Amino acid sequence: MSIKTKLFAATALSLVSASALTAETITIATVNNGDMIRMQGYTDNFTAKTGHTVEWVTLEENVLRQRVTTDISTKGGTFDIMTIGMYETPIWGANGWLVGLDDLSADYDAADILPAMAGGLSHDGTLYAAPFYGESSMIMYRADLMDAAGMEMPAAPTWDFIRSAAAAMTDRDNDINGICLRGKAGWGEGGAFITAMSNSFGARWFDMDWNAQFDTDAWANTLNFYKGMMDESGPAGYATNGFNENLSLFQQGKCGMWIDATVAASFVTNPNDSTVADKVGFALAPDTGLGKRSNWLWAWALAIPAGTQKEAAAKEFIEWATSKDYIELVAANEGWANVPPGARTSLYENPEYQKVPFAQMTLDSILSADPQNSTVEPSPYVGVQFAAIPEFAGIATEVSQEFSAAYAGQQTVAEALAKAQAITNEAMEAAGYR
Amino acid sequence: MARAVTQQRKIINTTLAWGVGLLIFFPILWTILTSFKTEAQAIADPPIFLGFDWTLENYAAVMERSNYSRFLWNSIIIAGGSTLLGILIAVPAAWSMAFVPSKRTKDILLWMLSTKMLPAVGVLYPIYLICIQFGILDSKIALVIILMLINLPIIVWMLYTYFKEIPGEILEAARMDGASLKEEVLYVLTPMAIPGIASTVLLNVILAWNEAFWTLNLTAAKAAPLTAFIASYSSPEGLFYAKLSAASTMAIAPILILGWFSQKQLVSGLTFGAVK
Repeated sequence: MSIKTKLFAATALSLVSASALTAETITIATVNNGDMIRMQGYTDNFTAKTGHTVEWVTLEENVLRQRVTTDISTKGGTFDIMTIGMYETPIWGANGWLVGLDDLSADYDAADILPAMAGGLSHDGTLYAAPFYGESSMIMYRADLMDAAGMEMPAAPTWDFIRSAAAAMTDRDNDINGICLRGKAGWGEGGAFITAMSNSFGARWFDMDWNAQFDTDAWANTLNFYKGMMDESGPAGYATNGFNENLSLFQQGKCGMWIDATVAASFVTNPNDSTVADKVGFALAPDTGLGKRSNWLWAWALAIPAGTQKEAAAKEFIEWATSKDYIELVAANEGWANVPPGARTSLYENPEYQKVPFAQMTLDSILSADPQNSTVEPSPYVGVQFAAIPEFAGIATEVSQEFSAAYAGQQTVAEALAKAQAITNEAMEAAGYR
Repeated sequence: MARAVTQQRKIINTTLAWGVGLLIFFPILWTILTSFKTEAQAIADPPIFLGFDWTLENYAAVMERSNYSRFLWNSIIIAGGSTLLGILIAVPAAWSMAFVPSKRTKDILLWMLSTKMLPAVGVLYPIYLICIQFGILDSKIALVIILMLINLPIIVWMLYTYFKEIPGEILEAARMDGASLKEEVLYVLTPMAIPGIASTVLLNVILAWNEAFWTLNLTAAKAAPLTAFIASYSSPEGLFYAKLSAASTMAIAPILILGWFSQKQLVSGLTFGAVK
């Protein structure tokens, strides 16, 4: 063996040893969403690149929230990365529970993250979670039914147009409902929809002194309009329909219009699952001319809990999973329609992605949502379909239960709003806001 | 005439029993059927009962995505371990209460049962912190201990009820023949109480197998049992019912099979002493 060969062998051996020494096993808590599951399938690519291995803990969304909240607040250290949303990130960041991500490498190009996403996942200017995919909400409609009704969907319609179009498209004999919307109780289900809708009607959750605003005309108009339209043109039992129920109805051709998460566009246009895949059009979520539309903003993002022993490896994973390279990896294997959307500006500049039918409308919807300034009148909170305060999830779940009861006809809209007002004020007083 | 009435009543009772049995079994049957549907068929309106194209794609998807055998192994260890530990503690406890009662025995039994009335979430943080302190978070040993403690009152109560049915004179006779306390419990009491112990073991295994609060909250990647396996198939955005049903069927299959083969012991044990 020559000296050169020996030197080469020694160098290779030391490199392998070094990588084995630094290789870690990181544990990631995540939700069972299509994009997240797809990412799990590419974990080998990350391991081959870095030497780190990954253990996945997939949980139902609400269980995940409870689980990671317990772990992070007790410094359990069970997870090295957790999948969290735009609601938790600023709150947990403010509590010092998350590791700041401002020092990601130059190659990562953090400036490429869509500003709306970066803003919603930051606290005091520090990014605490990197968006894996982002979404807004928009109108998905049946172009064939719209044509048959003799109407044309504007790119940015009003709620009045939507109501009249829904009535025109409704065909009870053929089991076609003009419009399908979330009514299910839960702050992330019907609660998210009605809050985003209320923004376009000039309503807000709180005034600048944190007083509940459910006794205003704006909220009464929102709920009366929603219930009136859904009673006229919505599916039976809409009070218990959430994202998945409406997705199923739309895919079976039983909805004329559906206003929901932009991420649903890839589901309803997938011919393997949807019977109406080639008949779907898209438009911005409606407004009432007051300057705010009824679309929300959300991101599923990856964050590192403070106190993890594997921060460096966790950051490497986040850089890999939310990188431009990962998007290209998915596109190369599964097509551009299946890449995680709504996180990076460069994705929407890519000519290949621009060919995806819902790409531009998704971007326009995301860009038209402003979590810092989501209501017509000033409000003291950040967030479009939520208020980023720890108490909101509990309050909004209770309030949405009252609203769902009104949709189901178990009480009047006025009664539901009166209860919502009392619930909210009582909780805010107990929490020391008032 | 009397014979005809009896026969009629028998038919009515049998029909009623089958009706109630099928009603109780229907959710399980529906879960199993759904696991063989496509996602679209699983959520079809109106629901499809049998007229669908049967597929194994959900099972294939679940097997590809999850390490089922690891979850199954964890469930076996946790359910089996907590039951074994519980029986080891409960047999002497129930013996002393049944055969050497004090004036506080009834109070102790009631107090033990009252611990079941505390909502589990009320002690989540203390238990979580204890697990962190002892370094047993996400470990099977933590769940074995906790599930044993949770089910211990039921095990003690059941064994106490069975032991009370055994005449104390038999134990006295054994003592007179020179049996030590250990021999009395091991060689006289236990063999007589085998049906009761068997049904207690089976019930406890089922309770531990199905326990979801602690198994979801105290585990992550290493010790997660089948409850976590099921929970991983629920999705907020995307159709998931067929895959979730396949995962559920795979999770309940072992315990269903165990229950089927041991139903005789289970029923005789659960109805032991019910009619006097």
